[in-house]
Amino acid sequence: MTSFSLRRDPGPDGCLVEVKNLYKSFGATPALVDASLSVRGGEVLAVMGPSGSGKSTLLHCMAGIFTPDKGEVWFDGQRLDQLSDTGRTQLRRSAFGFVFQFGQLVPELTVSDNIALPLLLNRVSRKAAYARAEAWLARLGLDGLGERRTGELSGGQAQRVALARALVGQPKVLFADEPTGSLDTLTGEMVMELMTAVTREEGSTVVLVTHDARVAAYADREVMVRDGRVIDRSGAQVEVGR
Amino acid sequence: MYTLSVYFECMLARVTVVPLTLLGLLEREPSHGYELKRDYDNYFGGGRQLPFGQVYSTLSRLARDGKVSGGDTEPGAGPARKRYAITELGASEVDEWLREPADPEPYLQSVLFTKVVLALMLDRPADSYLAAQRASHLNRMRELTEIKRTTSSLMDALQADHALFHLEADLRWIDVTSARLEALAEMVHAR
Repeated sequence: MTSFSLRRDPGPDGCLVEVKNLYKSFGATPALVDASLSVRGGEVLAVMGPSGSGKSTLLHCMAGIFTPDKGEVWFDGQRLDQLSDTGRTQLRRSAFGFVFQFGQLVPELTVSDNIALPLLLNRVSRKAAYARAEAWLARLGLDGLGERRTGELSGGQAQRVALARALVGQPKVLFADEPTGSLDTLTGEMVMELMTAVTREEGSTVVLVTHDARVAAYADREVMVRDGRVIDRSGAQVEVGR
Repeated sequence: MYTLSVYFECMLARVTVVPLTLLGLLEREPSHGYELKRDYDNYFGGGRQLPFGQVYSTLSRLARDGKVSGGDTEPGAGPARKRYAITELGASEVDEWLREPADPEPYLQSVLFTKVVLALMLDRPADSYLAAQRASHLNRMRELTEIKRTTSSLMDALQADHALFHLEADLRWIDVTSARLEALAEMVHAR
């Protein structure tokens, strides 16, 4: 199994995640076309764009879920795209957290089981894993719900459980793909407030994919993805030098 | 009270935008007052005609301020006609106005629309202007979100919400327009 020694701080330029000149196609359909982007350590970055623009594909490439056809993905000074499948899986477990539009919780497990799961997969003791899960339940206002099945939760509660599960392993980067997409306005705001507050307390970096400007307004900075290209605030295509 | 405030916002936008729009139209080519009125009504009137009186009073103020030159009076079959041309000072004012994002406040729609159409008409980078406006809107939305996050007053939070929803509507319009700039440019140049 590949092991990683993660720097506690981002690189000298403050950059923790960087993608450079990425290309990714699905069949004959290009999803990313020369996409480049840098994310600083501790930053909350919103990746915006219309449906089908390539923003989710970009997130999946940054997180090592997809391998780009061409280009480079860097995380904390390492080439992520050149790692083996096992190496990427290990990195995702140890350094990344994920929240998706639909919580993707395991319905057969209780809320506490779901939150403790990433720790158990990383061979943390059962006792310690459940103690940390309990602490996250309290932190996200979910006290008393630990023994419930996920099907008994409201949408907002389920998304807070997903957030707790993503953050319980103290990831360096939280990748969130439309985390409020299935929630009403007020519940979505509550989830975003919690997400940004706890990730700032933890010092985690957040890459947040959203088409919703009100959600993006919780981020420190935003970029647009249009036709597979990353566009900065001046409307110019982002270029990353290395 | 609310309706009145919306009305005054719209009137204020119109008063500010008309002189700059006429200057922008003059940057295309020197024109007579009636040509300016015709083009203004076609592109920007939205069903409301600009009164001739307002066209000529605006042109004389612009001439007084050195932003247009009156040129010679041209004799014709009807009343004598004056052809106006934009000056360097006027052109630089148009350039600055197009380049500078508008303050992200509610009820901006007509201002943003006018700026985009004029930018396309004058072969300026409308996409960059829209991107800058988008960034300016998002900055304001970030400030309002911070107000909501930190205030203990429900009234302040609800007022921030009101502004946020309006800015979000503007942003949607900016995104849709950005995606349709090419078609809009063709339409503007075909007229």
